[in-house]
Amino acid sequence: MAQLTYRDAVARAITQEMEHDPNVVFLGEDVGGAGGVFKATVGLLERFGPERVRDTPISEQAILGAAMGAAMTGLRPIAEIMFADFFAVCWDLVANQIAKSSYMTAGQVSFPLVIRSGNGGGLRFGAQHSQSVENWAMAVPGLKVVAPSNPTDVIGLFAAAVRDPDPVMFFEHKGLYSSKGEVRDGEIVDRLGSAKVLRTGGDATIVALAAMVPRAVAAAETLAERGIEAGVIDVRSLVPLDTQTILREVSATGRLFTVEENPRLCGWGAELVSIVAEECFNYLDGPPLRITTPHIPLPSADALEDMAIPSIERIVTTIERAMQS
Amino acid sequence: MTSTLDEPAAPAGPPGIDPATLHRPEGSVDVPIQIALYRQMVRMRKFETRAYDLFMENLVKGTSHLSLGQEAIAAAFGEAMEEGDYTFATYRGHAHTLARGTSMTGVMGELLGRSCGVLSGKGGSMHLTDVQRGVMGSYAIVGAHLTIALGAAWSAQYKGERRVAVAFFGDGTTNIGAFHESLNLAAVWKLPVVFVCENNMYMEYTPISAVTAVANPAADRASAYGLDSILVDGNDADAMYLTARDALDRARNGGGPSLIEARTYRSSGHSRADPGKYRPDAEVAAWKAYDPIVLYRSRLVARGVSEADLDAIEEMADGDVETATVNAKASPAPGADVLMRDVWADGGSSWRN
Ligand SMILES: Cc1ncc(C[n+]2csc(CCOP(=O)(O)OP(=O)(O)O)c2C)c(N)n1
Ligand SMILES: [Mg+2]
Repeated sequence: MAQLTYRDAVARAITQEMEHDPNVVFLGEDVGGAGGVFKATVGLLERFGPERVRDTPISEQAILGAAMGAAMTGLRPIAEIMFADFFAVCWDLVANQIAKSSYMTAGQVSFPLVIRSGNGGGLRFGAQHSQSVENWAMAVPGLKVVAPSNPTDVIGLFAAAVRDPDPVMFFEHKGLYSSKGEVRDGEIVDRLGSAKVLRTGGDATIVALAAMVPRAVAAAETLAERGIEAGVIDVRSLVPLDTQTILREVSATGRLFTVEENPRLCGWGAELVSIVAEECFNYLDGPPLRITTPHIPLPSADALEDMAIPSIERIVTTIERAMQS
Repeated sequence: MTSTLDEPAAPAGPPGIDPATLHRPEGSVDVPIQIALYRQMVRMRKFETRAYDLFMENLVKGTSHLSLGQEAIAAAFGEAMEEGDYTFATYRGHAHTLARGTSMTGVMGELLGRSCGVLSGKGGSMHLTDVQRGVMGSYAIVGAHLTIALGAAWSAQYKGERRVAVAFFGDGTTNIGAFHESLNLAAVWKLPVVFVCENNMYMEYTPISAVTAVANPAADRASAYGLDSILVDGNDADAMYLTARDALDRARNGGGPSLIEARTYRSSGHSRADPGKYRPDAEVAAWKAYDPIVLYRSRLVARGVSEADLDAIEEMADGDVETATVNAKASPAPGADVLMRDVWADGGSSWRN
C-alpha cells in the first residue's frame, strides 16, 4: 500500500501496461522529455526510450491517425490529447474513423487503442481548457468511455482499457491530478462497464462521475448528518454502462440524483434518467433529478467557475429540498 | 468509353504541362510487368464503366466516384507494391482496391449493397477495405487517411517489418490540415510511407488552381517538409511504375517518406452522374486524347506485344466484369443479422448490461 496522487497513478498505469505488453506504445505532445503538461507521464521516456514514448508535433489529427493506423496493424497505442477541449480539432479521427471503421468494414479491423485526455474544470482555465466532454464521446457509437475518480481506478481502469480490443476514450480529470488515495502494490487490472457502489443509503441514490464523485460522497456525509441516508455510485464507465448496478440501487431507494460536471443538455445523466424512467418507474418515489453545470461555457474567474460546477453545497441543498417536498 | 477514330493524335505529354517539369525516372519496365500493368488498367476501366451503367440503372445506390482516366496510378502501385504493403485509398478507391487483387465480385457486391460485398454492404463504395490483401480502407473524409497511413507505417517501423504504407489522395486534399500534419510527422519520424497525390485538376467542381497558392499543389509543397519535389506523368503507366518502385524501395530501406504528385484527369464527373460541365471542352478533349490505356496499348504494340494478346486481356476482363455483375445481382441483400454486428471487436454492439 502506498499513498499515490492521481497524477502519479497515471504514470504507474502506463508503466504497468508498457511492461505488460511490448506492443504498447505511447505518443502525444510534450509527453516524453517534458513528462506531460500535467506531469502525469514523468519518467516514462527514460524508462521505455524514444521508440515507445514519442513526443509529437502539435498535430492532434496526426496523433490520433497514427494511433489508429498503428492499432489496426498490431500495436496497442496510447495517445494523449493534452486537453479534452482539443478533441474539437481532431474529432474526425475519433468520431468518423476510429469509432466507425470496425462496423463499416464488417469487422475486418479493430482498434485496441486508448486515447487519454485531461478533462474537466475547476482550474480556472476558462472556456477552452475546462470542458467535460465525455458526453461528446458517449454520443458516438463505437467508442468506449471511461472516467476514473481516484488513483486506484486510474490504474485498474486504464489497464482494462489498454487490454480491451476496442477504442477507449479515457478521461482523466484535471482537477483530480493532485488528489491522493491509497493504492495497493502490484498489478491492478479492473473491468470496464462496472459501476462501483461507494456508499449505501436507503433514502436516495446519487450517481456521479470523475471529480463529481468525491463531492457526491462529501454531500452524502453531510446529508447523513441531517437525517437523509444517500447512497453514492461512481459510474466509472459510461460505455459500456453498468445499468444493472444503478437500476438495482435506484429501485431500492426510489430516488435518483445525478451529479454531472457537463453542461446541462445531453449529459450522461439524461440518458441514465431515461433508462431509469423506462425500466424502474414503478419503484420511484419522486422525480429523478439532475444536478449539472448550467448550459453555459465555463467562465474563468474562480468565483464564477465555482458557481457553475456542482458544489458539495449545491448537491446537499438540491437533494435536501427534493427529499423534503 | 471506347476511343473514336477521329481523335487528334496523342500529345507527347500530359496536356498543358511543361514536359521539362516532369520527373523522368531512370530504368525501363520489362514486358511482363507492362502486360500486368495493362491488364490492371483494363480491368479497372471495364469494371468502372460497368459500375457507371449500374448506377444509371439505380442498382448502385447512393454514390459512386469513378477514377476513369486515372487508372495508370493505381495500376502502377498495384504492381509495384509487395504483399504486406498497406493501401490507404479514398472514396474514389475502386481501382486501388482491385489493384491489390480484391475480387471484382466483392467490390461489385459492395457497390450494389449485397451480401457478397467485401463489407457485407455495411461500407459501400466509399469504404472498400480488404485487409487480407493490404487494403486498409477507403476513407471518405478528405485527408484523414493520410494520418492513418502514418500509423501503419509507424507500426512497420516499430516492429522492424519491411512494409510500406501508401496513401492515395487528390489535389484538393493538399489544402486540408491533415495533409500537412501527415507530411511533417512522416518526415520527422522518417516513416516508410508514400503519399500519392492524384492531381486530376479539380476538387469536386472547383479547379484546384483557383484555390491553391502554388501551381503544383503537392510537388510545390514538398520542400516545406524536406522532401523532393516529384511531378510525374500520371497517365504514363511506365513512368508511374518506376516512380512508385523508387519511392517504395526508398521507404522500405529506411529512407523515409516520399510525396509524389501525379498529373492526370478524370474522364468522368466527380461522382454519381455528374456530367462535369464545369470543365472546358478543349481541356476535356485534350486529356481524352491522352488516355492512359490507349497510349499504353500502342506502346506495347510498338514494343512487339501482339494485338491478339492484348485483345485476350480485354476479353478476360470483360468476362470477369460480367461474372462479378451476375454474382452481385444474384446475391441477396444483407439481412438483419449483420445490422447489429461488428461495432466492437467481439462482433457485438452492446453498450450496457
Ligand atoms: C473534410 C471534407 N471536406 C469536404 C468533403 C467533400 N468532398 C468530397 S470529395 C471532395 C473533393 C476532393 O478533391 P480531391 O482531393 O482533388 O480528390 P478527387 O475527388 O478529385 O479525387 C470534396 C470537397 C469531404 N468528403 N471531406
Ligand atoms: Mg481532384
